[in-house]
Amino acid sequence: MNKIYSINGPVIKVKDTKDFSMREMVYVGEKKLVGEVIGVTDELTTIQVYESTSGLSVGEMVEPTGSLMCATLGPGIISNIYDGIQRPLRAMTASGEIYVSEGSMIPSLDEQREFDVEITVKAGDKVSGGDIYATCPETPLIMHKCMIPPYLNGTVGSVRPNGKYKVTDIVVTVKADNGTVHELSLMQKWPIRNPRPISRRIPISKPLITGQRIIDTVCPIAKGGTAAIPGGFGTGKTVTQHQLAKWCDADIIVYIGCGERGNEMTQVLEEFSELIDPKSGRPLTDRTVLIANTSNMPVAAREASIYTGITLAEYYRDMGYHIAIMADSTSRWAEALREISGRLEEMPAEEGFPAYLPSRLAEFYERAGYVETLNKAEGSVTVIGAVSPQGSDFSEPVTQNTKRFVRCFWALDKSLAYARHYPAINWLQSYSEYSDDLKDYYTENVGEDFCDDRQEISTLLIEENNLMEIVKLIGADVLPDDQKLIIETAKVIRVGFLQQNAGHADDTYVPLKKQLLMMRAILKLYHKSLDAVNSGISINKILSSGLFDKVTKIKFEVPNSDLDKFDEYFAEIDDWFSKNA
Amino acid sequence: MIQYSGLSEINGPLVCLQGVNNASFDEIAELTLDDGTKRLGRVVEMQGDKVVLQIFEGTNGISLKNTRTKFSGKPLEIPLSVEMLGRTFNGAGRPIDGLGDVFPEKYGDINGRSLNPVARTYPRNYIHTGISSIDALMTLIRGQKLPIFSGSGLSHNKLAVQIVRQAKIADSEGKDFAVVFAAMGVQNDVANYFRRSFEEAGVIKNVSMFLNLSSDPIIERILTPRCALTLAEYLAFEKGMHILVIMTDLTSYCEALREFSSSKGEIPGRKGYPGYLYSDLASMYERAGVVEGSKGSVTQIPILTMPNDDITHPIPDLTAYITEGQIVFDRNLDQTGIYPGLSVLLSLSRLMKDGIGAEYTRADHSDVANQLFSCYARVQDARALASVIGEDELSASDKAIMRFGDLFEKHFLNQGFEENRSLDETFELAWQLLSTLPRSELDRLSDDLIDEFYDSEKAKRFM
Repeated sequence: MNKIYSINGPVIKVKDTKDFSMREMVYVGEKKLVGEVIGVTDELTTIQVYESTSGLSVGEMVEPTGSLMCATLGPGIISNIYDGIQRPLRAMTASGEIYVSEGSMIPSLDEQREFDVEITVKAGDKVSGGDIYATCPETPLIMHKCMIPPYLNGTVGSVRPNGKYKVTDIVVTVKADNGTVHELSLMQKWPIRNPRPISRRIPISKPLITGQRIIDTVCPIAKGGTAAIPGGFGTGKTVTQHQLAKWCDADIIVYIGCGERGNEMTQVLEEFSELIDPKSGRPLTDRTVLIANTSNMPVAAREASIYTGITLAEYYRDMGYHIAIMADSTSRWAEALREISGRLEEMPAEEGFPAYLPSRLAEFYERAGYVETLNKAEGSVTVIGAVSPQGSDFSEPVTQNTKRFVRCFWALDKSLAYARHYPAINWLQSYSEYSDDLKDYYTENVGEDFCDDRQEISTLLIEENNLMEIVKLIGADVLPDDQKLIIETAKVIRVGFLQQNAGHADDTYVPLKKQLLMMRAILKLYHKSLDAVNSGISINKILSSGLFDKVTKIKFEVPNSDLDKFDEYFAEIDDWFSKNA
Repeated sequence: MIQYSGLSEINGPLVCLQGVNNASFDEIAELTLDDGTKRLGRVVEMQGDKVVLQIFEGTNGISLKNTRTKFSGKPLEIPLSVEMLGRTFNGAGRPIDGLGDVFPEKYGDINGRSLNPVARTYPRNYIHTGISSIDALMTLIRGQKLPIFSGSGLSHNKLAVQIVRQAKIADSEGKDFAVVFAAMGVQNDVANYFRRSFEEAGVIKNVSMFLNLSSDPIIERILTPRCALTLAEYLAFEKGMHILVIMTDLTSYCEALREFSSSKGEIPGRKGYPGYLYSDLASMYERAGVVEGSKGSVTQIPILTMPNDDITHPIPDLTAYITEGQIVFDRNLDQTGIYPGLSVLLSLSRLMKDGIGAEYTRADHSDVANQLFSCYARVQDARALASVIGEDELSASDKAIMRFGDLFEKHFLNQGFEENRSLDETFELAWQLLSTLPRSELDRLSDDLIDEFYDSEKAKRFM
């Protein structure tokens, strides 16, 4: 008799039962609300409920399901939008209902939709976990590969012919080595809190190309890497995440809106269905999955949304795809942990957050990686988490703990955002530990001088920062000409290179080759000017040439499709200095 | 219906009952005292046959034996009707204007439900407020939640009234425009100021007021914005009206929540506010928006006073993480007599980028706004430098920027309480101000725009 004994917000307790196991999924009450067991003692079983508990009564039944909290994996995930526990939000509105309904039992995958399935095994084949037994085109961009569930080894029994099937249709049976027969449809389940198994990890060596100059050039992220974007409100976390979701060269994007604004998810939905991916010529929705658990949805489901998202990503990784996950924002997820922890009356650590916050963060970020899958393909999951520090104070627990588990840190800066310098990533506070791992890639594929140029650009920015300390005290006029030149060059770098206009047709995405040429143009101008200054020509004369303004505007003037135009700039710089110096 | 007599415990606004077997979580209970007065309570925790109720009107005069409690079986609902426009209610949604009860068309659960993001329409239509700084630099969009961050003694109330008055005129569908006003913990004078201003502007018939004054019980304060938003949603999404919700003062609301949370013995988060403050605020702010299949909209302007003018305080901080931007008052500007003394650099409208441009406002809107922001950011640097080395030592371009800053504050930001500037007037002024700077300083504008609008003759009016 598993009856509810107590209710406190999203946390309910059941007394005197031994029927539940840890992390088991349960149905709560008459409305069959989805819940998960989070604590078991011989007296009380504690359950967190993923939906609003309004109207629930003591004495209603709790029904065990016997399985852990699972995600449903199969064709039909891409282009969909789910809530934190993978309920399809679009299907929910089909009846004209504008609110998220409770206890709704709509299946995660559209069970009516038919896919063109090609069976890739035949009777008698030996198969093991991860092997592909069927494929079907899920969207024009993504070929879905149905894989034998991990840990299952056996022999293929019966096989259905190629043809149109629904996700629930049984297409293959497998007789396991221990004699049990498994019927495989197009879908499978996987517990969201357990990482899916892999064959081995492969060292990181390829960048995730984003087309954002400050990221690709200054603080690159690798495929299979982890990055955090911390920033106070209004600094552009969400815009940066949107830009990455639009332009990065991953095969699939999983965008988790975790405790954020409803309108932002609507914007992603609208914008991504209109935007055409230049590489494939298809709308961005064809490669995107959205998990939307907005700030007004139940808090426990917000905690689950992160795991749901990464499980979906791992599933596609196992097919051999490269996935990028955007989690906006992990702070809201940490707050959900705190809220549940408070209701459980656990001993709080810093700022009321539970003591297990760091270990949960570590578990999440460690699910990223570049791997060899069970079926010997290469795939990766890249995790990019936004962090919303309270009061823009980076010393708060979520930012500090995240920093320990990510290798790339893009610090958003309020003062840059106030001056409308976007992306407002502070080049002095941000870092990437991937620069060295990716050095070979950049040298071979972009240009031999790429890494040296990047270093020189960074050095100029640091020198400018040091000089600005003096300028703030005594003004720029008293500096010697060579130092003035550093300040002027750094200005070109800041405005002409680091600033990037997401609304400009050419500037919103910049190929690596153009990034390199832009650096070359800036550095050529700097070197020529430095030689001129050293031979006694005044900085004011060089500035009056207008070359600095011209180089600053290269980002708008040279289209991505016509990089030969850079030669004109190089010639013009050479020309002016040969005449005047 | 079963009545339970007596209580087992009273603690601040919370009371406990034992031996209850028919209650459900979040439902409303009615307590009748021996003297016949009635109070409402809400179930906030249940354990076995023990139920914890929070009493909206406070627990003064309640003893362990002088009450009889009845459970309603429903969450708190308020009656809804179009007739509620022009009426005044208390914080729990009961009429206090002496005009009798509302004849309801339906009842609505004040907690609202989460809007499905798929059912939302991304807000794009701008609301003309006639205030240059807002229209040009932090444009208000229909369906947006844009709070005003202010401090004690600043003119936030005046600004809110001006927005209500002028926004109405600009709206082409004027008859479908209405205001829902929620006062939480404000003084009587402030509530009266709003009522008088609405009357003078002739809009009072289209205003519904929910008043919880500073002397009213704190639990009722937690209900006030929810009652107001329930009405707003009903009018917008079921009656197709454009609703502007003004909520003041969110700081009092959050303090009420903190008081209530600590009386429940919850583990506090930052500065003693409950750990769920973000979720709680979101459950109100997220009720703004536009939904598919309805032509109405809910726009929210919450007003909050930043304790000690500190924008990193948890209340403004968490608010700004949820809302789509913020309008921030600057005490220094206000003190120099500039109205509205808004801090341009701290203020932001997130929805602005998609709701402006040729289609909605003007083609040059975005570029001009960016240029003004970037110039004004440089003004701050130049002023900081001038305070160290003296104004005379500044370079010519810094001097020009300083002068631009003064003119910008005096002519662009500053405008009368009665002054309603058209969009073209605002932009004409912006170009005049930009024309006081040398052309080379305008790095965010394309040459075409500069050729069209830049005119150093225009700048002569400031000589």
